[in-house]
Amino acid sequence: MKKLVVIGAGMASGRVLEHLTDADPDAYEITLFNAETRGNYNRIMLSPVLSGEKTYAEIVTHDSDWYAARNVDCRFGEQIVGIDRETKTVMGEHGPVPYDKLIIATGSAPFIIPVPGKDLPGVISYRDLDDTNAMIEASAKGGNAVVIGGGLLGLEAAAGLALRGMSVTVVHLNGHLMERQLDEAAGYLLRKDLEAKGISVRTQATTRAIIGDGRAEAVLLEGDETLPADLVVMAVGIRPETRLATDAGLEVARGIEVNAQMQTSDSDIYAVGECVEFDGNLFGLVAPLYDQAKVLAHALLDEADAFVVKDVATKLKVTGCDLFSAGDFAEGEGREDIVFRDPARGIYKRLVIEGDKLVGAVMYGDTADGTWFFGLIKDETEIDDMRETLIFGPAFQGGDTADPLSAVAALPRDAEVCGCNGICKGTITDAIANGATDLAAIRATTKASASCGTCTGLVEQVLQVTLGDEFVLPTAQPVCGCCDLTHEDVRRLIKSQELKSQEAVWQELGWKTRNGCHVCRPAINFYLLADWPVEYRDDPQSRFVNERKHANIQKDGTFSVVPRMWGGITNPDELRAIADAADKYNVPTVKVTGGQRIDLLGVKGEDLPAIWADLNKAGMVSGHAYSKGLRTVKTCVGTDHCRFGTQDSTGLGIKLEQVLWGSWTPHKVKLGVSGCPRNCAESTCKDVGIICVDSGYQIGVAGAAGMDLMETQRLCDVATEQEAIDVTVAFVQLYRENAKYLDRTYKWVAKVGLDWVQERIADPAERARLIAAFELSQSIYRKDPWAEHAQTQAAQYQPLADLTLEAAE
Amino acid sequence: MSWIDIGHIDDIPLRGARKIKTSHGCVALFRTGVDEVFAASDACPHKGGPLSEGIVHGQSITCPLHNWVFDLNTGQAKDLAPGEEGHIATYPVRLDEGRILIEGAKLASRSAA
Repeated sequence: MKKLVVIGAGMASGRVLEHLTDADPDAYEITLFNAETRGNYNRIMLSPVLSGEKTYAEIVTHDSDWYAARNVDCRFGEQIVGIDRETKTVMGEHGPVPYDKLIIATGSAPFIIPVPGKDLPGVISYRDLDDTNAMIEASAKGGNAVVIGGGLLGLEAAAGLALRGMSVTVVHLNGHLMERQLDEAAGYLLRKDLEAKGISVRTQATTRAIIGDGRAEAVLLEGDETLPADLVVMAVGIRPETRLATDAGLEVARGIEVNAQMQTSDSDIYAVGECVEFDGNLFGLVAPLYDQAKVLAHALLDEADAFVVKDVATKLKVTGCDLFSAGDFAEGEGREDIVFRDPARGIYKRLVIEGDKLVGAVMYGDTADGTWFFGLIKDETEIDDMRETLIFGPAFQGGDTADPLSAVAALPRDAEVCGCNGICKGTITDAIANGATDLAAIRATTKASASCGTCTGLVEQVLQVTLGDEFVLPTAQPVCGCCDLTHEDVRRLIKSQELKSQEAVWQELGWKTRNGCHVCRPAINFYLLADWPVEYRDDPQSRFVNERKHANIQKDGTFSVVPRMWGGITNPDELRAIADAADKYNVPTVKVTGGQRIDLLGVKGEDLPAIWADLNKAGMVSGHAYSKGLRTVKTCVGTDHCRFGTQDSTGLGIKLEQVLWGSWTPHKVKLGVSGCPRNCAESTCKDVGIICVDSGYQIGVAGAAGMDLMETQRLCDVATEQEAIDVTVAFVQLYRENAKYLDRTYKWVAKVGLDWVQERIADPAERARLIAAFELSQSIYRKDPWAEHAQTQAAQYQPLADLTLEAAE
Repeated sequence: MSWIDIGHIDDIPLRGARKIKTSHGCVALFRTGVDEVFAASDACPHKGGPLSEGIVHGQSITCPLHNWVFDLNTGQAKDLAPGEEGHIATYPVRLDEGRILIEGAKLASRSAA
């Protein structure tokens, strides 16, 4: 009888032995090696073992009776020393075994990220039953667990450990969880569900080290944050285990290379499972492994068969969350998306269409139609005829479209609709039930939308959802074609629903596009950073070029550079540095601006980090001449030199600029401080314009001298310089919290009314709250973006590659 | 096909863009919200705006100068007023283990086109 030796008793080789011994029990005399001290079990079921829902005995697929019945000589727990292809012998630790045919089924090994501390006790990978048992043992003591890796395996480990009572944090390098199976939107929903189960999730987090004295105690992240960890699970990925094959001189790329008969570069040696590479593909899911096993069994019996790579759908249940992905949803040309979101039920579906075929699908929350979609992808069905209703699945051909009011309908009763008066949705629906059936009646009975009025659109939608056809919704302008809500509605809902990320906004407010457009995304980015300064950080890719590159783009693609001159005051050193920079970077135009500073026009994009670094060295920072933020504070010389000056207008201007600089606002903000009513600083056409008088300071707001010429309106008069600063800061923060993106202060004040602004600023508690909120935001944004970009992001300003010397030839 | 390695996908910000220099002008590389990369001419046909400085949304790019929007799959301008026309050249690009590869032959034929 021919001798068959199998190295590795996993799911793939187990299936080979089944097929082989079923077809011809006497074809081979079989020896089976396994590094683990046990035979084959269902590795997919390790998660339920970890969580305690199943025991090891329940997941065994081939027990000792099974091997005995088929005369398989089992050498479990024995390491392989090497393979001698000359003599066709496998060297086991306890002696050699000759073979006629050899199967390598060594599977995969966990990838261990090379950080300091990776070998400390308490750091466990998640691959086999021993790892699982080690985790169960560690979790018995409770405490903190950190799981490194937010892929399927990592999340299963996290869920299991959480069920066993540990406090679990998942640390994931990518921007969203399971990025290989899910897009960003589905990743957001998964994260939300996990967080609801008490698992913390840290995305875009890089592990720098695992620290501890003698055993793991904490995980140190990039940015110097430490997460306490009694147990660290490393689940960042797997790679084919190819060491034996490499040592034996077989051809190995990423995996052991095999042909369609699973034959390696040595015709008597086969390989199967996660350790192989076929036609550039690696395999991790069980379906292709079973296909390979069948082909290999046929090959061993000299029956013709060939392995082909099939499209595989991933339908998974991660800790009770349904998710599905199939086909090609990430790459390819000429494709279109159909997106469906139901915020109330946490459902997201995205279909990717190329021509008249469905090529990919991602679903979260409701995966019932997954198999149907997968069939359409596999069969390349023409979907033109059912395209309109395709996303509703097979049961819904020809039905209704989604209700655009579903986001409002989904709001809970205690969702705050009117922030000024603290009115919840339930109060409004109760009022409607009691006969208030139009906006005026709602305002009269509940005060909702009766103050600043920005929630008017929302109140109207609540009326419509509640009354149906009896209420005719006045047409309100939505932000853009991506959604059905107005700017005011979106702002209100970001606050009341505590939406703290772009994905949260897209999902919860029913966005119709994947990640907005150039109209809505900059607005959403601003609303998020203004309302959640700590939780959300400014996203440069959601800003117009000027704010992303911290310079104004000119019509020829060059940029202008304007350093800040606090209050319009400069000195010879600064002027010299500006002159030197103008020389060094061949600046074609140097201009004095209307905001009392100097503009260097015509700087090349590639030179920006260098010119900034030079100006930084002379103590100058960005003037934000490009931003929806504080531009300039124009001043006159005040009591320092002027015979008419009544207060130190220059000093106040500098103080204001130093408090306000760096903050993002709905539109640009310009200030002026004049030392007397002659108003040399032209304060009466600024967003905030202060006129100094003998008795103190007259503060005007909502002026402008642009598309519209608007004179400031008097907000209030104050006696001291500190009060003038406080009122200015409070006003700017009120504007940041309430205005529509791209409304200058005069447009906003016209909408909410000067009275309302005056009331808010005059209320000492509200003023203090506004100032504190502004300071919190400034703790993050009051810094020089030029220095930051010049030091850490200079490479982004250079071309990615220069092919002028090749390619074209 | 001659594929030229021009960098790693992480060299381009998520929902962002970079450009490469060629002897016939700049080509913009766009990375969308998922890990996919497109290549197209960097110059907007309207007023020559640098598209690599625009906002990437879905599989589209908005020009930073006057908000023309192009479909990165086809290079076709979207939502134009009647009578307006606009198209940017696109170039084959693919990802291999995170490396961005651009097809050299079509790049080289730019001047002839």
